[in-house]
Amino acid sequence: MNISELKTYEHDVIVVGAGGAGLRAAIECSAQGMNTGLVCKSLLGKAHTVMAEGGMAAALGNVDHRDHWKVHFRDTMRGGKFLNVWRMAELHAKQAPERVRELEEWGAVFDRTKDGLINQRNFGGHRYPRLAHVGDRTGLEMIRTLQDYGIHQGFEVYMEYSALDLLKDGDRIAGLVAMVRDTGEFVVFKAKAVIFATGGAGKAWKVTSNSWEYTGDGYAMAYQAGAELMDLEFTQFHPTGMVWPPSVAGILVTEGVRGEGGILVNSEGIRFMFDNIPQRFASETAPNEEEANRWLAGDKNARRPAELLTRDVVARAILKEVKEGRGSPHGGAFLDIANRREAEYIKRKLPSMYHQFKVLAELDITKQPMEVGPTLHYFMGGIRVNADSQMTNVPGLFACGECSAGMHGANRLGGNSLSDLLVFGKLAGTGATDYCRSLGQAPQVDAQQVTQIIRSATDILNRESGENPYLIHDDLRETMQDKVGIVRTDEDLKQGIDQLEVLKQRYQKVKAEGTSQYNPGWHEALSMRNLLITSEAVAKAALLRTESRGAHTRLDHEGESDQWLQVNVVIKKGADGSMDVQKVPRPQPPQELQQVANAELEDLETAIAAEAKT
Amino acid sequence: MAEILPRTIFLERQRSDTWWIEPVLVLLGLGAFIVYATWAAFQGDHYYTVSYLSPFYSPLIYVKSGVAGSAPLWHSLLGEWPSWWPSYLPASPAFLILMFPGLFRFTCYYYRGAYYKAFAATPPGCAVGAVPQKNYKGETFLLIFQNLHRYALYVAIIYLFILTADAVASFIYEGTLGFGVGTLVLLLNPVFLGLYTLGCHSLRHLVGGRKDCFSCAGSGPINGVYRKVSWMNRHHKLFAWVSLIWVGLSDAYVRLVSMGIITDWNTWGI
Amino acid sequence: MAKLRNFKIWRGDSDSGDLVNYQTEIDEGMVVLDAIHRIQVESAQDMAVRWNCKAGKCGSCSIEINGVPKLACMTRMNDYGEEETISCRPMKSFPVLKDLVTDVSWNYRQNQRIEPFKPRPREQDGNHRMMQEDVDRVQEFRKCIECYLCQNTCHVLRDHQKNDEFVGPRFMIRLASLEMHPLDTADRIPKIREEYGSGMCNITKCCTVVCPEHIEITDNGIIPLKERVVDRYYDPILWLKRKLFGKKDQSK
Repeated sequence: MNISELKTYEHDVIVVGAGGAGLRAAIECSAQGMNTGLVCKSLLGKAHTVMAEGGMAAALGNVDHRDHWKVHFRDTMRGGKFLNVWRMAELHAKQAPERVRELEEWGAVFDRTKDGLINQRNFGGHRYPRLAHVGDRTGLEMIRTLQDYGIHQGFEVYMEYSALDLLKDGDRIAGLVAMVRDTGEFVVFKAKAVIFATGGAGKAWKVTSNSWEYTGDGYAMAYQAGAELMDLEFTQFHPTGMVWPPSVAGILVTEGVRGEGGILVNSEGIRFMFDNIPQRFASETAPNEEEANRWLAGDKNARRPAELLTRDVVARAILKEVKEGRGSPHGGAFLDIANRREAEYIKRKLPSMYHQFKVLAELDITKQPMEVGPTLHYFMGGIRVNADSQMTNVPGLFACGECSAGMHGANRLGGNSLSDLLVFGKLAGTGATDYCRSLGQAPQVDAQQVTQIIRSATDILNRESGENPYLIHDDLRETMQDKVGIVRTDEDLKQGIDQLEVLKQRYQKVKAEGTSQYNPGWHEALSMRNLLITSEAVAKAALLRTESRGAHTRLDHEGESDQWLQVNVVIKKGADGSMDVQKVPRPQPPQELQQVANAELEDLETAIAAEAKT
Repeated sequence: MAEILPRTIFLERQRSDTWWIEPVLVLLGLGAFIVYATWAAFQGDHYYTVSYLSPFYSPLIYVKSGVAGSAPLWHSLLGEWPSWWPSYLPASPAFLILMFPGLFRFTCYYYRGAYYKAFAATPPGCAVGAVPQKNYKGETFLLIFQNLHRYALYVAIIYLFILTADAVASFIYEGTLGFGVGTLVLLLNPVFLGLYTLGCHSLRHLVGGRKDCFSCAGSGPINGVYRKVSWMNRHHKLFAWVSLIWVGLSDAYVRLVSMGIITDWNTWGI
Repeated sequence: MAKLRNFKIWRGDSDSGDLVNYQTEIDEGMVVLDAIHRIQVESAQDMAVRWNCKAGKCGSCSIEINGVPKLACMTRMNDYGEEETISCRPMKSFPVLKDLVTDVSWNYRQNQRIEPFKPRPREQDGNHRMMQEDVDRVQEFRKCIECYLCQNTCHVLRDHQKNDEFVGPRFMIRLASLEMHPLDTADRIPKIREEYGSGMCNITKCCTVVCPEHIEITDNGIIPLKERVVDRYYDPILWLKRKLFGKKDQSK
């Protein structure tokens, strides 16, 4: 193959993924004068960010002026079970408010407080009403704002292009090869730096809130290029996904329902969350319905209802109810807002939930309770990056948003992801710009690498016969759901890894029917490689971590272990091509941050108030 | 782009549902009203009975005395029918005034959409092939006068007062206070017309829609008015039809009573 | 429970194509997109269909089902009779790429033409203040998921192909969301009349009918813009007033 015949685009920076993080990174690169290209699998504005509902967390203090970045930071660390990269949680809590205001400056129209400021709502794990929101379609607002602003910032958008693999010049990044989905043709992007904003890999599970795009492309491409993956065992199961009808199982029901007062009830009509309050949160959670009701009525001295505990806790509690025979008819729990709020209020605050249940489940949430159950939602782990620059261990490769690791530790708080996208999207843009400027000679593209990448893609089409990619995917989803689910054991995980081995063998023979032009079967087959690598990494990381922490629950190793708090599980491609899984010690956190995170809430608040006075 | 797309064929569609019901109903309904109203306006008689004045004939500018079912002369704004009136035109009071509410409805945003569909078939239904036009211009060319809808509105608001006055007057027959079926008919008429007229898109713009900020300084109590107009505007189509049918029925009622075909029940015993 | 149902799905590309018959089993609660996916797995691996969120939030799966423009993910199978054959076609107003997928890039070019948001300066404390009652209108338009069903259905584009003279309903409400934004300071009224083509719309409301987000595109978006154009260009009294009192064109 003569690669000079391939269409080649040259940019300083290529951003892969056009969700919140990717768009924000591209905007930043453009603003810094970089010649930037944005490559995305879907049409612009369709990325998974549109599905985010509840809001973006930022300590603006518009609703409760006691809020402060330190309280946000403390909430984030506690929610992440202290496994977060301290510096990332700090940067996030400090910078999120300005990112939110900036979004408003670019045209976002958030719901307002009575004083005309950006309104903020309550959410699980957040001490104060902290989520800037627009009804229950905050993600749409965010992506549309970034899109409408971004298209005037001068970066090039390559819509419906799938990135296949990275190109390297020695150790450094030199660009990537992509496939145009419409036509099936291959193109080369030459770039000094590549920013991944590729999201997670929920599509490896059967019940997930993620769309088809979530196939772990970033993890797999980075892994192949020698980057390190970290904390992949922490896969968040959102407690409230739809469970009925089967064809929509997994679709997200926003935490905003609980934030607005919704309660979880089992088949016996009992609010079971009060029986599931972990010790760590006991002092900050209402112990009974009476206090929870006062909280809903606006009593600032009342503590938060148990339904607003962190996602890992709520997901496990629902699972327990179902396992012990107190589940709803279709194997979930009841989420009731109908008896808590007026119909008009529900329709105004949760319009898309109302619509979603009305159309997809023929259920009126202002009259009946919803049936909900855990659904795979988010990857806390991902590509290991430097907290300030977002660069990986591969020079020129950056990652931000869900595909990067560290910010959320063992469990992410709701609302922290949207602000994460903006904060670290911007930092990745700055990081990539600095890197490009520091480069002496532009990296060169190696023709052989290009040929190799294209050949593995076309082999799938050219084979005479072989495995149906859709069926391999179905089997993968069964495996991950059964063996690498919400609760894990040594035995299950080992079986899962064995089954993944078989799937990898089958994948060698995968065959896509038809031509290369807009061929979903082929696209599915191409993304299967990435899903398989990611799944293997998740399973192996989960096997190694013999403790239960946050979203990672080991039935055979209950409780958090102090030893495991000292290490991250880091995965990279070994010299022999096999997956290398290691425990890597964590650096000591700065004293000051440690004090904030470990402080008693009252003490911290007093300190903040005193600081404000001086 | 245009050359890639297939040419439109009139009524081309893949729809198998009953999309045509609404345009057909509009065609029949509006058609029937136009025929009846034109006929009734040309009659020049039987527009007044008891104390009831047909809304088609209000305001009365001139009255031709001695015609069957005509109004008493005092009802007329300018007195007796003028002698200079050309003989080839019908000597009907409705002829002078009916075009104004007619124009209001003709330029109304709801009716425009409805008759472009039902009468002009641009398009006949949603995702149904429109009548092919060499150079579709929308409302930019011949139809540019539609932009003066607000002036028709100003006149329509004056008519609301006139018809309300007629309704009040209908309670007094030869100096005696009373009421009858006719008073009820004439009373509901300005109510329905009001719900329709005050839900006008142009009015909604004028009372607040043109502002970007309702609560800002100097905007006064705009938001309350704007909200009420908006509520009526949401039901503009409903009120358009109810008021249209009612105004036609009001004329028919007065006409039939005046002709002696039906009898009005009333407290005056006539 | 499961029942075999008949489908006719348009297969082809920009050159040619035709409806092809398929059959698949339908379970309770399935939507048309589920059926298309099942057919893909069973008998048409390479059948192209665009989709993402499968919950009516991204606006990717716009097609014409039995001739009616709809989101495939929000159209339930039990909306149709058990014996009815379901037909699926690509959106008519855009060039077909393959099967049910069309080239909607024209829409992105229209967005590019629109002058972006231009806010007034922030207040002293770094915040912007707007009241909820002032942003209600704008928030309705911002619910738009860019499924382009309105663009597809609008006869100005679909039948008369006036793509050069009218940006279509989606971008009329984008313009409305900017023009009515309490913080915005730009003036787009001249272009709304001359370039974006507010006069091309004849308010037949098909855009509103097909909108999956139930945005009142015509009544709340396009007509108010038309009225603002009237203020500027067609109302003789306002024109005279401006001439006499030298008032500025802008309402802002």
